[in-house]
Amino acid sequence: MTQYVLIESRDPFESRDTDFVEQTAITIKERGHRVTVFLLQNGVFAARRSTARLQRLTDTGIVLLADDFSLRERGIKAAELAHGVQESGINTLVDTITQPDTKAIWH
Amino acid sequence: MNERTLTLALMDPPYESANSTTAFRIIHAALQQGINVNVFAYEGAVCLSLKDQAPHANPVKGTSIDEEEHPTTKAFVSSLLAMGVDKPRLTWVNCGLCVEERGAANAVDGVRRGSPADFFKMVGESTNTLVIPTK
Repeated sequence: MTQYVLIESRDPFESRDTDFVEQTAITIKERGHRVTVFLLQNGVFAARRSTARLQRLTDTGIVLLADDFSLRERGIKAAELAHGVQESGINTLVDTITQPDTKAIWH
Repeated sequence: MNERTLTLALMDPPYESANSTTAFRIIHAALQQGINVNVFAYEGAVCLSLKDQAPHANPVKGTSIDEEEHPTTKAFVSSLLAMGVDKPRLTWVNCGLCVEERGAANAVDGVRRGSPADFFKMVGESTNTLVIPTK
């Protein structure tokens, strides 16, 4: 089983193609692989509970992480995160993408 | 775990995108974890290490160069190269053609000129590769 790490750096309200990451993540997961979506930079705007944008990913069992540095820069507090989104950090990202049989894709 | 190596391909020029800051954070975190890092700087990213960059004062705020402490990307690159002198090692290669196009040959110490063939070799020798493209 391969681990896929999809790194979403784009604001979902600015870039319509963030749907591509969501669809790709779900498709990979449905094919039996482990999938993590790591939100950073303006990508963390999707992590807010009020946007209700990540429910399909959570329902599919995809791991959702949001970069703490990017959250702080944008004034988003942990209490505002959607259900299933965990605050994480760049160390976790680096450790995850340097594990064997892992593919990392930046968007 | 065996020795790990992460290769990054960077394309954004300095002072344009949050991608550069994130790339520096990734390199720093990897070196702190003892992970070797290869950087292949392509297109505008070859200017990240340009030695001619100079900090500036801020006439709007009336601050001097010292007071402003303007961070330059060349200083970040130098600091990371100092962290990655041996083990773990940071290798930074600028695309030669991209350097020529931009007149950016005067890079900080530790950066060398190369070609996409270097990137191909880095990828083959790495645990993983992350390409950070321009938007």
